[in-house]
Amino acid sequence: MLLIHCPYCQEERPELEFRNTGEAHIERPKDIAGISDEEFEKFFFIRANPKGVTYERWRHIHGCARFFNAVRDTVSDRFVTTYKAGEPRAEVERGDDGVLTVKGAAQ
Amino acid sequence: MSGANRIKGKGRLTPAKTLRFKFDNRILTAVEGDTLASALLANGIHLTGRSFKYHRPRGMLSAGPEEPNALMDVGRDAVRRTPNIRATVQEVYDGMQTRSQNRWPSLAFDVGGLNNLASPFFAAGFYYKTFMWPKAAWKKIYEPVIRAAAGLGVAPSEPDPDHYSNHFAHCDVLVIGGGATGLSAALAAAHAGAQVILCDEQPETGGAFHHETDATVDGQPGWDWAQAVTAELRAMDNVRVLTRTTAFGYQAQNHVGLVERVTEHLANPDPSLPRERLWQVRARQVVIATGAIERHMVFANNDRPGIMLASAARTYLNHFGVAVGAKVGVYTACDSAWNAAFDLKQAGVSVPAIVDVRPDPDPALVARAKELGIEVFAGQSVLDTSGKLRVKSMKVGKASGGSTRDIAVDALIMSAGWTPSVHMYSQSRGKVVWDEESKRFLPGRNVQDCVSVGACNGVDDLAEAIAGAMKAGHEAALSAGVEAGKPPAAPDAETQTSWAGSMMGSAGGAGPDTTVKAFVDFQNDVTAKDIRLAVREGMHSIEHVKRFTTNGMATDQGKTSNIHGLAIAAEMLDKPLPQVGLTTFRSPYTPVTFGAIVNHSRGALFDPTRLTPMHGWEETQGAVFEDVGQWKRAWYYPRAGEDMHQAVNRECRTVREVAGMFDASTLGKIEVVGPDAAEFLNLMYTNGWDKLEPGRCKYGIMLREDGFIYDDGVVGRLAEDRFHVTTTTGGAPRVMHHMEDYLQTEFPHLKVWLTSTTEQWAVIAVQGPKAREIIAPLVEDIDLSNEAMPHMSVREGKISGVPTRLFRMSFTGEAGFEVNVPADYGKAVWKALWERAEPLGACAYGTETMHVLRAEKGYIIVGQDTDGTVTPDDAGLNWAVAKKKADFVGIRGMKRPDLVASGRKQLVGLVTKDPNTVLEEGAQIVADPNQTVPMTMIGHVTSSYWSENCGRSIAMGVVIDGRSIKGKTLYVPMPDKTIEVEVTDTVFIDKEGVRLNG
Repeated sequence: MLLIHCPYCQEERPELEFRNTGEAHIERPKDIAGISDEEFEKFFFIRANPKGVTYERWRHIHGCARFFNAVRDTVSDRFVTTYKAGEPRAEVERGDDGVLTVKGAAQ
Repeated sequence: MSGANRIKGKGRLTPAKTLRFKFDNRILTAVEGDTLASALLANGIHLTGRSFKYHRPRGMLSAGPEEPNALMDVGRDAVRRTPNIRATVQEVYDGMQTRSQNRWPSLAFDVGGLNNLASPFFAAGFYYKTFMWPKAAWKKIYEPVIRAAAGLGVAPSEPDPDHYSNHFAHCDVLVIGGGATGLSAALAAAHAGAQVILCDEQPETGGAFHHETDATVDGQPGWDWAQAVTAELRAMDNVRVLTRTTAFGYQAQNHVGLVERVTEHLANPDPSLPRERLWQVRARQVVIATGAIERHMVFANNDRPGIMLASAARTYLNHFGVAVGAKVGVYTACDSAWNAAFDLKQAGVSVPAIVDVRPDPDPALVARAKELGIEVFAGQSVLDTSGKLRVKSMKVGKASGGSTRDIAVDALIMSAGWTPSVHMYSQSRGKVVWDEESKRFLPGRNVQDCVSVGACNGVDDLAEAIAGAMKAGHEAALSAGVEAGKPPAAPDAETQTSWAGSMMGSAGGAGPDTTVKAFVDFQNDVTAKDIRLAVREGMHSIEHVKRFTTNGMATDQGKTSNIHGLAIAAEMLDKPLPQVGLTTFRSPYTPVTFGAIVNHSRGALFDPTRLTPMHGWEETQGAVFEDVGQWKRAWYYPRAGEDMHQAVNRECRTVREVAGMFDASTLGKIEVVGPDAAEFLNLMYTNGWDKLEPGRCKYGIMLREDGFIYDDGVVGRLAEDRFHVTTTTGGAPRVMHHMEDYLQTEFPHLKVWLTSTTEQWAVIAVQGPKAREIIAPLVEDIDLSNEAMPHMSVREGKISGVPTRLFRMSFTGEAGFEVNVPADYGKAVWKALWERAEPLGACAYGTETMHVLRAEKGYIIVGQDTDGTVTPDDAGLNWAVAKKKADFVGIRGMKRPDLVASGRKQLVGLVTKDPNTVLEEGAQIVADPNQTVPMTMIGHVTSSYWSENCGRSIAMGVVIDGRSIKGKTLYVPMPDKTIEVEVTDTVFIDKEGVRLNG
């Protein structure tokens, strides 16, 4: 079971308290009623599903109930970082040892 | 007497403490501390089972968890019985009942043994190739027969009467393995002040000291040192020592699963104790000290009872005081088997020969053998063995040919060297690395916060292993954040036993050109020949070889066989062994019972049961309940002599003629509050909310972004900034989640607060012509007249003296109210209302009647008449979609080309030509009943009931372009007949809706 750091509670809590809610940083178009079929397809259906760095949304549903964003390595299943909804995308880099870290973060 | 093969003065058990147990039909004696294996061997029994595929007689191979052969059915009574228990780890208790498996009619004479004679037909991949056709025969004939013939034990048929417990534990350092290295690491970490958990799968710590009696540590025999260290650890407050506890799964972030066998070794366990205890440990640092497992030699007929690992024979002798035979042959490629031979010889057992495949074994060992009078065959092989139910002789000679000698033996011990136990490391997602010098796979880079020490890390020297483990334990404490101080000094240690020498793959006489049965995997009956066949047939990846031959896929997970199988495949492929690769080790390390995993999650504790405040009253009225999600809902209230059908008919009639009371408390409820509450609902629902006045209600439809119906419900506006939202019973949590998602992430600028109030309100629906008359005398502060409180309005006031949110609304088509009161008052208000209702001739009704009544009015149930692919237009609910709103969730999705195209299934009413025929829900609808099968299906029935009020059956369904073919006849083909139906409107009663406003 993974431990996930909730950026609101400021605590690591077991995965059981959380729910994954899909890919992060996909913004609902402001003028959604007016977008084309292709734009709607891209917004609603198309997901990255990468091997490696993935940005995803989680909800601390059995805790503070807040939604937040996380960066996870799909290869090692390791969480790199989590941050509050609305904050900018966290940039990460892979070190020589293959481990992802937040860019510029002090070791 | 505890067995003829017990040697006086040998071993660590107390001979006076005897126990009795049953093996098949025999009562046998054991000594306290015996495993089932050691007790059987003490009684001269090697034959313990039949092999999986060929039903060959088999005996104990090992003295530990790697055992592939000696699987038994063990239990204390008929219900407390567990199949496939490894005899080598199960401790004997007084009165234990054990049975051999996979034999019929008896262990010594087994009909399935004919498979052995037919074995040319049972080569690797045989099942895949042979039972291909006819296709239907696989399920009916081949599979059942194969399953019955091959097989492990029989699962118990009774529910498990014991209980199991689950512990979450946290520690600084978890040490897996209680041998010399594990103990050393734990000691160092503990002295540094770390919180330590040490686990070991055996009843006692000591690891290899169980057999290796020629080692000394800190001036004491190794075993004594280990017990002293264990006692020291047990006495420390910051250490927990868990014996009989197997670490079986190493998961992410140092989450390690341990299973502790609490009572499986006790004759009369305290019933309050759990049978097993699951430990879910979260460790800051893990020290893996899991040692190594000895491999067998792969040679012709190497599976006869009496042929076993050298270290096992040494364990039986030195720990249990049991000689595995009277005349023991030795076949080895590794030094440590020589030490086993010396121990046996010195204990008075005849050891006629040591056969070592190496041409020049250590001269010191050869000299010692000569001194003890053991004949040495260096550079030679055991080419074959004889003996039906027990090995009788071994044929010794050079693999290259020449003369051979048959040597009579009644046991043959062997060693092909030691395989480091990298299971835990591999489970932690570390990648093993091939060490060319020592020819073995060793842990590579650590992926998690762990370290491997001792034999599992390829350290063979005892002193070096102990010193390394102490350092690792100390560093683990430091890494865990403990102010550790200086590491303790490592004790002196030395041993006479050398673990040098190894071979992988088949030994002489079982090489590529032979067809002999040289077993690689005993549990799955895989031979060297099978692996070669797999490679010849094109399996070049070890993963394919494994699956084709099933090598290493039995419950022992190839602990003794994987490396041999890999070496044989590599030889066939003419590739270096590491290039062929090693399969991944998976959890569990050894089999774990369902009981330990399921733990408390069984029976009533499997899932929460949700009861409404009125549940107790409903029970006293004889209600029959149905499960709706986790809720128990009153389904119908049968009176004396009534079946369900009669009860529902009466309830349906009574509601429309008089009135009825219905427990609607399970309805999902969300309080939406804030200055932007209306704007938020505008975005969540298809309807517009701005114009809804406080005190009025509206039916709302919620879509997902894709334009399909997600949920529905009535929303009441209590004030400008306060809405009482209701959802479907099953939809409450997901609707809340859906709303929170949009509020927090897409519309965070809106000032709105959401609160789930499902369980705060008890809801009593009072419906029917006399509804107002029933509630009126109990209501204060609210004008109930039609003019003051019309259909679809909400008022706050008091009922029976308690606060209420009183809704004038209807899911029956009758005039009615839904009385919301705080949950704690639910039962009291219900009773007060019932005292009014009953004398007037009203009834209590359940969910079945609720379903019929709403269907009579064509009201949909989301999830029954819709299925996640239904748009508001499909459901005929276009009137509820605001045309002028700029945005709501689903506004774009519902305009997608496929959602606005013609030919979509639309909700319609269906009436059968024969009014007495009730359609089956889910039945398919066709236009032409005479077409050939498979027919073109144009829709299906979603709701169908007998309507007592209509005097006929009624139904709803979705049909392609259904609204444009009203009046048309369609067909519902059933297995026994085809039913004619007419497409109609969905409203069957009171089309004008006059009753609602009564």
